[in-house]
Amino acid sequence: MQALYAQLLVGLINGSFYALLSLGLAVIFGMLNIINFAHGALYMMGAFVAYFLLNLGGINYWWALLFAPIIVGIFGMILERTMLQWLTGLDHLYGLLLTFGIALIVQGVFQNYFGSSGLPYAIPDQLKGGMNLGFMFLPIYRGWVVIFSLVVCIATWFLIEKTRLGAYLRAATENPTLVRAFGVNVPRMITLTYGLGVGLAALAGVLSAPINQVRPLMGADLIIVVFAVVVIGGMGSIMGSIITGFALGVIEGLTKYFYPEASNTVVFVLMVLVLLVKPTGLTGRAA
Amino acid sequence: MTTLTDDTLPATPRAMRDEMIVFVVMALLLASVPFTGVYPFFVMQALCFALLACAFNLLIGYGGLLSFGHAMFMGTAGYCSAHALKVWALPPELGILVGIVAAFGLSLITGFISIRRQGIYFSMITLALSQLLYFIYLQAPFTHGEDGIQGIPQGRMFGVFDLSKPTVLYYVVLVGFLAGFLLIFRIINSPFGEVLKAIRENEPRAISLGYRTDQYKFLAFVLSGTLAGFAGALKVFVAQNASLTDVHWSMSGEVVLMTLVGGLGTIFGPVVGAFVIIAMQQYLAGFGQWVTVIQGSIFVICVLTFRRGVIGEIAHYFRRSL
Repeated sequence: MQALYAQLLVGLINGSFYALLSLGLAVIFGMLNIINFAHGALYMMGAFVAYFLLNLGGINYWWALLFAPIIVGIFGMILERTMLQWLTGLDHLYGLLLTFGIALIVQGVFQNYFGSSGLPYAIPDQLKGGMNLGFMFLPIYRGWVVIFSLVVCIATWFLIEKTRLGAYLRAATENPTLVRAFGVNVPRMITLTYGLGVGLAALAGVLSAPINQVRPLMGADLIIVVFAVVVIGGMGSIMGSIITGFALGVIEGLTKYFYPEASNTVVFVLMVLVLLVKPTGLTGRAA
Repeated sequence: MTTLTDDTLPATPRAMRDEMIVFVVMALLLASVPFTGVYPFFVMQALCFALLACAFNLLIGYGGLLSFGHAMFMGTAGYCSAHALKVWALPPELGILVGIVAAFGLSLITGFISIRRQGIYFSMITLALSQLLYFIYLQAPFTHGEDGIQGIPQGRMFGVFDLSKPTVLYYVVLVGFLAGFLLIFRIINSPFGEVLKAIRENEPRAISLGYRTDQYKFLAFVLSGTLAGFAGALKVFVAQNASLTDVHWSMSGEVVLMTLVGGLGTIFGPVVGAFVIIAMQQYLAGFGQWVTVIQGSIFVICVLTFRRGVIGEIAHYFRRSL
């Protein structure tokens, strides 16, 4: 049973990353009509920024949790201003190709300087150790990742669904021209949205740094799994992305326990099954 | 929404004549390669990728479907051909057939699944399916995991042509490439190809005209996947191995890049693109990971400033269809 709970926890942690990343993808897709292939590379950048902050600037994990998403978010906003904005009105596919190119550049540069091996990032002192819950031993850091991700996801949902700013955002997703006519600066909102989505990816990167080590290709395979998550859940609803992300992480964890050979593939197999049964994805809305 | 290729000209007799002239020139140039002292291995490799890119282009350039998992057809056909040649000791022609049949079967299954979603979702699904296959091949015993299938016997094609001689192998690969290329050319200019273009331009209108667009797209997918498999089977004889790199997502990305550089939806673009990218890899091999960075930069530059690609720009300048 211990092993089962441990795998469930690993599943929940992976689920947190899936949720944070697919949430960002959904937010970006809503505003920019672009599938951000660079999301995995920016997640990796988040982890590297945390690593640099600690080793070059002596800035600890807690500040990295704040600064890494901001720094990567600014990098993302520069990308949006200099490149992505020129794709408005073109076929969706060009957005995918452009961001794929950006991902190759970012990953290639990091691979050049850091190879493919992992750099260690220590768990902060306050979150070291673990506690005995009676039925299992819970490493505190892992519990923290799950709870913190959940809080961030819900805060993002709240921001978009319940605040005035979110209302502008949703309105601009539906009809940007009309929202502009009301005097809202839509291009600036698009830039900030991209920054927000990218910042969420970077945040996931910082959270994963102490668990998975910091590697240039840490986001490359992850992003493909997240694409499958997005196909399963659909990008129509924020809450849908969060729930699908966590649920698939848990299912993956369970697979690791019951049939480890399939743990790499289970998300893709589920995607195939969902497509066969309900081609529009679980949260509806055809694309 | 603007379409991918905004200025394709109709397939008039003049356009067909232009294209045939260019085709003959290309065939003659390629046929003379063994007499020029150019390294034939490089050209053979480029030809395999050119056929793969042409097959991929059939899907995106004429069907508007961006598959981000086309390496899975090449890799699958490669593994199956390699297995048939090495373990079952089949002659080369049957080995190629095994690879083609495998790619055909795979494209039936993956096409049935992925064609259910449109646009951007289609790309993500094909990418996810190819990743699924990658993990299966990583664990399956017959692929030998990280090592791949190596030392594949080349044998005698039809019992006559000794494929271990580079010149003979070169002409066999060239004939295979030209046959595949002509087949794609024929498909594009057939009534089926015209319907495909209509679907790309405006799918709702094609549906309202009574075309069952899903069936057309499915057929295009199967044709494209099977031809990509043919390219993969040919590549087995050139490289004499079949490995995981051929099924990896980065390979699918390279195919997209080749077609983009040459020109999406142009007939000769993918060939030019394949030669450019393969040559670049050859000459920049010493630069390590910078090759990835350069490839990424080419993607960015092409999408931002050069969406027609090399051949697309030339065709646009001369107002011809190429």
